[in-house]
Amino acid sequence: MTDIKLHGFWYSPVTLRVKWTLKLKGIPYENIEEDRYNKSAQLLQYNPVYKRTPVLVHDGKPLCESMIIVEYIDEIWPQNPLLPTHSYHKALARFWVKYADDTFSAVLSLVSSSNGEEQEKAIEKIWEHLKVVEDQCFGDGKNVFGGDTINIVDIAFGPLITLLLVLEDVLGVKILDDEKFPHLHSWYNNFKDVPVIKENLPDQDKMVAFITVFREKLIASS
Amino acid sequence: MADEVVLLDFWPSPFGMRIRITLAEKGIKYEYKEEDLRNKSPLLLQSNPVHKKIPVLIHNGKPICESLIAVQYIEDVWSNRNPLLPSDPYHRAQARFWADYVDKKVYDLGRKIWTSKGEEQEAAKKEFVEALKLLEEQLGDKTYFGGDNFGFVDIALVPFYTWFKAYETFGNFNIESECPKFIAWVKRCLQKESVSKSLPDPHKVYEFVVEIRKRIGIE
Repeated sequence: MTDIKLHGFWYSPVTLRVKWTLKLKGIPYENIEEDRYNKSAQLLQYNPVYKRTPVLVHDGKPLCESMIIVEYIDEIWPQNPLLPTHSYHKALARFWVKYADDTFSAVLSLVSSSNGEEQEKAIEKIWEHLKVVEDQCFGDGKNVFGGDTINIVDIAFGPLITLLLVLEDVLGVKILDDEKFPHLHSWYNNFKDVPVIKENLPDQDKMVAFITVFREKLIASS
Repeated sequence: MADEVVLLDFWPSPFGMRIRITLAEKGIKYEYKEEDLRNKSPLLLQSNPVHKKIPVLIHNGKPICESLIAVQYIEDVWSNRNPLLPSDPYHRAQARFWADYVDKKVYDLGRKIWTSKGEEQEAAKKEFVEALKLLEEQLGDKTYFGGDNFGFVDIALVPFYTWFKAYETFGNFNIESECPKFIAWVKRCLQKESVSKSLPDPHKVYEFVVEIRKRIGIE
């Protein structure tokens, strides 16, 4: 009997990537909520290199880094496959997964921005990245995102947009403008209504409250 | 139809070297195209519109960008020759983790060493040595990171050796004395023809870095 544990944070976009993957594939697991200000000895033992979540523990063996975990799950549980089977499409999907991680760094800069100038800079960077995705990933014959079924690129980007929408509320600023990013907007609206995703989205109000406090703590300590 | 494989590259790029080594390991014939990064070719700009960077692997007209993604692509397509990734999914995930660690640490820290001074440089050197020591720990007593067989993590990492002379000279430190096991592993890798033929002379890389430092105004 397979034993799966997920060490994560309820509010973390990268933990969400793994959670959605497990839920999509109907894989039972034990959720272990970590406290970022008091990480468990187990977590530090499982991820000595980065000391962070998410960590998936499969039959006692730890795996770290969200998209590496997602690919691992996809290899072992092939139902509702996330990676394309065709080698070239697989390479393309991996390219956009990496780009999602680059975009995520830009979003994190916004989370920790402590003044108007930093905030503007961070938003510019996020817009640059979103524009690339808007222009390159949609349109004739381009099915980088899953299309009819969710794929790994949806999983990689989805939680970022979720966090971005929370930040819009926290900061009182519009970032994912539907006029600037019509395809992304439409994609996310469809994506978040997929039953597995809808049922596993963190509560928006809870997130706004958490991120507000998180930012205050971060800014106070810098 | 014969496969048409083109590599858009720049000779001192460790990322380009990864793909050169992989193509050599798999015995794949390809056309090497040297890019002038101050005057990028239309082919490069068209093949990598997002980042406009080398290396780009072009297979039968279709571009694959990002070195580790290209290495995995080659592994996928030419899977019957010299496997470079473990067959077991857990070990495969571990290999991806360590290759990703190399990406996150070695290039940026190395770059900081030859572009900065004083405290910033000292901090970068310390972190760089720590990263190499962590990698040494990972290697353990194995011949390669891949075990008995040269593999994905070895390919991700060994190209940075060509930049060590530059790091050492500008950072004023000796990597072999800090990380002898690491250098011993490098020497084992260099005994493979796929590696030695794909890597430029570290002296040439050092001279290139001297030029760049002049060009960007670091004295």
